[in-house]
Amino acid sequence: MNAIQIDDLTKYYGKVRGIEHINLTVRQGASYGFIGPNGAGKSTTIRTLLGLLHPNGGKAQIFGLDTVKDREKVLARVGYLPSEVSFYPGMRVKDVLKLSADLRRRDCRKTSVRLCERLKLDMTRKVEELSFGNRKKTAIVCALQHEPELLIFDEPTSGLDPLMQREFFEILKERNKEGATLFLSSHVLSEVQLNCTDAAMIKDGAIITKGSVAELAGTGTKRVSIRGSVDCSSLTGVKDLHSTPGHVDFLYSGDGNALLRTLSVGEVLDFTVTEPDLEEVFLHYYEKGGEL
Amino acid sequence: MTILKHELRQGKTAFLVWTAAIALLLMICIFIFPEMKGDMDAIGEIFASMGSFTAAFGMDRLNIGTLPGFYAIECGNILGLGGALFASLAGISILSKEEKDKTAEFLLTHPVSRTRIVTEKLAAILAEVTAMNLVILALSLLSMRLIGEGIPWKEVLLVHGAYFLLQLELMGICFGISAFLHRGSAGIGLGLAVMMYFLNLIANMTEHAKFLKFITPFGYCEGASLIADGVLNTGYIAVGMLLACIGIAAAYWKYAVSW
Repeated sequence: MNAIQIDDLTKYYGKVRGIEHINLTVRQGASYGFIGPNGAGKSTTIRTLLGLLHPNGGKAQIFGLDTVKDREKVLARVGYLPSEVSFYPGMRVKDVLKLSADLRRRDCRKTSVRLCERLKLDMTRKVEELSFGNRKKTAIVCALQHEPELLIFDEPTSGLDPLMQREFFEILKERNKEGATLFLSSHVLSEVQLNCTDAAMIKDGAIITKGSVAELAGTGTKRVSIRGSVDCSSLTGVKDLHSTPGHVDFLYSGDGNALLRTLSVGEVLDFTVTEPDLEEVFLHYYEKGGEL
Repeated sequence: MTILKHELRQGKTAFLVWTAAIALLLMICIFIFPEMKGDMDAIGEIFASMGSFTAAFGMDRLNIGTLPGFYAIECGNILGLGGALFASLAGISILSKEEKDKTAEFLLTHPVSRTRIVTEKLAAILAEVTAMNLVILALSLLSMRLIGEGIPWKEVLLVHGAYFLLQLELMGICFGISAFLHRGSAGIGLGLAVMMYFLNLIANMTEHAKFLKFITPFGYCEGASLIADGVLNTGYIAVGMLLACIGIAAAYWKYAVSW
């Protein structure tokens, strides 16, 4: 069974496009990255998945349950971290965590204490006195304390310092090993590349590519960087060409032999051929709007 | 019950402040009654000769030299306006505050149905309004005992009962409006309560505006009518309760069905 199954999901805010015809499948136990810049439709997709928004078209299922008709059953199995965190005024961290547990009719005290210790979160502090990072930690504990089968985290690391980010991803990896499915929305590509096995990229409300992170980063395209002087005009499959005196750099998806022949007639002092990282793929899609 | 308990905790300070303020004002009024009673003949004449304003406050039909008359006019106005403002504020903010304070995302991503949210929030404000009225009634009765006056049970219960119904009506209407609001709402609640109060004053001034009593809940809380007739005006109250029910139904429809 898939943890998330989205079919042709569309959401408009009046006449303004939110997302259009989104199709996405996240298998159970996967760690899935959802990549896109601000305004691309990541949060709209997530909010529609969680039943916070009514879709205009299509449908979504979580563990085979319809996200609209079976909203409560779905939410009982999901832990959600919103990108912007707000709590009720006058409450302490422990009160917020207890309220969240009570709303789920669960006793999560042991797990919440353990998580607060790991994230160095003082449970006695009032939420309005907390820094942005500590409010985020409170929301993380809320999302994790009931040990959900699916974790949907929207921009989870904003506000967390690097040490806390490391601890946070350590916790996520442990949960993933225990069988939980991770769905992380982010525009920080390195964290998706490091922590997810699969990913989808969203742009202007539509999915532009998806697959395993390894595939997306590879895609048969190489980053070729040459110190020296080479005429690349005869090569096909060259993209993102940057040529300066003494240095040529480009993405190459053409024939390997043709590349070697071209290099052999040029003045090459040194050269490297590397896999592009996810960031390069991402920027290529967003800046050039092209295909790799 | 989790949301109900949570709302009661969240609304605790406002409840205590409003209840204490209204009860204190009522108690002050009751405590000054013995001193004023002796001068009431002269004061009564002044009050009875203010033309339209005498009618507006119902003082043409009531002797404020007696405890029931004094209580219905002086204390009735405090309880009426104070209670109306509290009930309206409680009703108007209870649903809309989730959007305004951006806590809706927290609440609505827990496995609770929207119907349960509306029901428990409604129960919370109903409990607050009921508790406030009981506390105020108890303190008023205690104050009457302390000044050595006999308690005019029927008149006091009629006045308090009518104002309780008024608060339920305004609470129900505001609760309905609350489901449609996404931003600041206090102004609408306060405005509605004050508007209803003044509509009743206008209705008392002229026969041409008598129909306004069907609109404003203050129409069935008229101290003069309550004391003189000895009964609640069931016609006005039926219309009021119908409006409250429409408000509550609208809240369920908007929040739980057509969100």
